[in-house]
Amino acid sequence: MHTPTPIDTSWPDAIYAQFQRVGIRQVGYVPDAGHSRLIALCQADPGIADVVLTTEEEGVGLVAGAALGGQRAALLMQSSGVGNCINMFSLLRNCGFGCVVLVTMRGEFGEFNPWQVPMGTITEDVLRLAGFLTYRVESADDVDDIVGAGCDMAYEGDLPVAILLAQRLIGRKQWTK
Amino acid sequence: MMLDRRDFVRQILADRGDLLVVSGLGSPTYDAAAAGDHPLNFYLWGAMGGTAMIGLGLALARPDRRVAVLTGDGDMLMGLGSLATIGVKRPRNLAVVVLDNAHYGETGMQASATSFGVDLVATALACRFRQARAASRIADAADVRQLLHRGEGPILVSARIDDADVPRVLPLRDGHAIKQRFIEALNCRPG
Repeated sequence: MHTPTPIDTSWPDAIYAQFQRVGIRQVGYVPDAGHSRLIALCQADPGIADVVLTTEEEGVGLVAGAALGGQRAALLMQSSGVGNCINMFSLLRNCGFGCVVLVTMRGEFGEFNPWQVPMGTITEDVLRLAGFLTYRVESADDVDDIVGAGCDMAYEGDLPVAILLAQRLIGRKQWTK
Repeated sequence: MMLDRRDFVRQILADRGDLLVVSGLGSPTYDAAAAGDHPLNFYLWGAMGGTAMIGLGLALARPDRRVAVLTGDGDMLMGLGSLATIGVKRPRNLAVVVLDNAHYGETGMQASATSFGVDLVATALACRFRQARAASRIADAADVRQLLHRGEGPILVSARIDDADVPRVLPLRDGHAIKQRFIEALNCRPG
């Protein structure tokens, strides 16, 4: 499948287009600056229930409940949030719930805040140990293809899929912002 | 006056019709099974703290159906933030019944926060639940049953159960089987 390459700042639009293609109806998130445009797109869509979570692990339950009711749900979080989910991920594995988790990375390439580094450096390993298929996106050109492939594996195959959006893609967070 | 958990759950799930039930790990899952195994029961055996959120995802996906979450005080306290999350979406078809014996029954009856006066009813109301109440008499069961079927949600009921140790009634434990049975039953039934 070939679609026009998005310009660098519009890669969240490519993710949203994939959500529409596969029929995502619920999106749970703990906000991250890197997800702000995608969150706004989901909030503006009357066909998507956007659910702001108090902690990321709540989203795992949301995904399971949505699937029981016949809907597809995706989760948006930053890398630190993955650590909050570890035990709850067992729900996906025990019952075979498919899910896409889009993880904006902190604690890598150019990170200004050392407190983000310990979780950021183990995020992908933790996801793999929890049973996820993981894919990293470093370039805006790859967002559409990788998110599309991940969605198909997750929702056609009932598999947990995590897509790590690299800090180099999102842009370094500026200390002054 | 405290409730017998098995009597109370049996009465609130009597003639349940199309009600969808999510039960929290430990005794609430055994209570739901003891009231009568049903394909529209989603039994949890783990995922502590997540029961109410599963109810939320289900209630949002199926606004045409009523959803009852049946869980314990330990599970609800672990997922206390989910009361705020539910209070944002305010699904009218969701009710959460906390079977509150103020103790961790699976692990040796250690006291939970509710035994010190932490108030789940007040917490739910502060989190924008449309209704929240305590139930401590078996005569309340009929009202609670009505709330599950017709009350305007989100609703929280704190059911003050006694801490008697009752025999375990073990339902299906294979998560894939529980999920598949639930989905098939939901899709096959009218509504």
